[in-house]
Amino acid sequence: MNTARRTSGTTVAAHAVLILYTIIALFPVFVILINSFKDRRAIFRDPLGLPNAETFSLIGYETVLKQGDFFLYFQNSMIVTVVSLFLILLFGAMAAFALAEYGFRGNTLMGLYLALGIMIPIRIGTVAILEMMVSTGLVNTLTALILVYTAQGLPLAVFILSEFMKGVSDDLKNAGRIDGLSEYKIFFRLVLPLVRPAMATVAVFNMIPIWNDLWFPLILAPAEEVKTLTLGSQVFIGQFVTDWNAVLSALSMAILPVMILYVIFSRQLIRGITSGAVK
Amino acid sequence: MTALKLTNVNKSFGPVHVLKDINLTVEEGEFVVFVGPSGCGKSTLLRVIAGLVDASSGTIEIGGDVVNTVPPAKRGIAMVFQSYALYPHLTVKDNMGLGLKQEGRAKSIVEDRVAKASKMLDLDRYLSRRPAELSGGQRQRVAIGRAIVRDPKLFLFDEPLSNLDAALRMNTRVEIAALHRTLSASMIYVTHDQIEAMTLADKIVVLRDGRIEQVGSPMELYNNPANRFVAGFLGSPSMNFLQSSVPGLAPGQTIGIRPEHLTLSEGGQINGKVTHVERLGGDTNLLVVTDADETLTVRLFGQDQTNVGAAIRLAFDPAHAFYFNDAEERVYQNAA
Repeated sequence: MNTARRTSGTTVAAHAVLILYTIIALFPVFVILINSFKDRRAIFRDPLGLPNAETFSLIGYETVLKQGDFFLYFQNSMIVTVVSLFLILLFGAMAAFALAEYGFRGNTLMGLYLALGIMIPIRIGTVAILEMMVSTGLVNTLTALILVYTAQGLPLAVFILSEFMKGVSDDLKNAGRIDGLSEYKIFFRLVLPLVRPAMATVAVFNMIPIWNDLWFPLILAPAEEVKTLTLGSQVFIGQFVTDWNAVLSALSMAILPVMILYVIFSRQLIRGITSGAVK
Repeated sequence: MTALKLTNVNKSFGPVHVLKDINLTVEEGEFVVFVGPSGCGKSTLLRVIAGLVDASSGTIEIGGDVVNTVPPAKRGIAMVFQSYALYPHLTVKDNMGLGLKQEGRAKSIVEDRVAKASKMLDLDRYLSRRPAELSGGQRQRVAIGRAIVRDPKLFLFDEPLSNLDAALRMNTRVEIAALHRTLSASMIYVTHDQIEAMTLADKIVVLRDGRIEQVGSPMELYNNPANRFVAGFLGSPSMNFLQSSVPGLAPGQTIGIRPEHLTLSEGGQINGKVTHVERLGGDTNLLVVTDADETLTVRLFGQDQTNVGAAIRLAFDPAHAFYFNDAEERVYQNAA
């Protein structure tokens, strides 16, 4: 359809690019999903083939659910991800509010210092972190992972949220002050609801790396009862024999919770943008 | 009793000196308008009075008490903002009642005051709505209602009409004036619009670059401006300033004549050519370039038939002319 601002040519081209990108992005997920429903021979004979009556098998899922403490791993991953996200959002937003709202001495310096974490990967400090965790007795606890992930997520959260908080109307905050609201109430009741889209963005950015991380669980919490899902799935990958059915099934199931969390946050994202605030 | 007294108030943001030695008294029940071009410090001054910004030096007294270290909520003030600044998650009723609720007043008192204010502002029908469901004018009335409910010693208005369209602005202006009569409360009103200043004020404070240029009633300032800035700022269209078109001026001296004090006359002293005509029905504005290449505006009452390009001669009454020296200060002299 041709309108003043759009011709069918550009529409088709735009969609072609987007569809191509979607296919590329989704292809690995698709391959994992179809192969998780096939028997072992079919995975190797025809990796890209869809499961049919002959090759269809749930053996991978059966192995995963029977062997290994899959639900425990699942629960561990969930606890670590949700608690870390909560702490990142809470402390990140508070720090961002302080940086954006109050002109204290060293404000800019503090902002830069906090932003430094975006540029320096936390894994550089792994050895030091491990030493700290050992001396505080936090090795093999979920707390260790939560602390590390919170530290890892804070710099970007503070950076993004403080930019957004600078955009919140000063008049609104001042109106709250004149009406006698405390700074905490101004933060929680007036400012936070207005930066909800930014909070959702930060949550989405942080959620997937935390959920997928293998490095820190492997180093800080390898014990059986605190294994995360990614680490737990490794039991099926052996040095000589790998149970591909089980690995693919475990990965397929691991996709679900992230997808659910993503849907929740992206809803917030859209709602935050469309709800009218000031003016 | 004085509602507000400022003594030697200064404010600097780092190296920038925004308010310079402000001294001002607002009497009880007075409507005071701060007016000036943008960046002159009028909004900062209002925020200093409200306690949202701390003064660098000087004292602020509200109702006889020094309030320099008193938080905004306890200063007995209420403020209406340009952007309305309503709480988006609260209904109109809760928006208006929040201040009292925070003070810990009884529910019945809050209800009572909100009901009274909403009746005054004709907001009864909207009490259960949220700000997003109101029009701009309604939102501003809610913001004003929120101020009334607190029953403050001093009302502060920060350009409350700037976001409204022209017709609504006029109505709301009349409403604010009526409100001032009914409540007979002390009010401070910040605007850059000289029409709002002239129509609302008991007393106008003209600010420029963080300094008070002149304080007085609207007619005092109009008839007797202290300097060229005040003369040029008040009055619409603004005053004409001429240096070379009028004979008999000392070097460096400028004469100021308001557009309405110029008349078309065969024996006039100023020769010029009409470059543009604005016919408003009630008035006609002529834009004229004089022979000495200065532009001026002439405001003629009624519908004038002068056309673009016409050569005209203009006369003025020396009694209505103002003289300024090259430092832009007013010079008093008998008719030249």
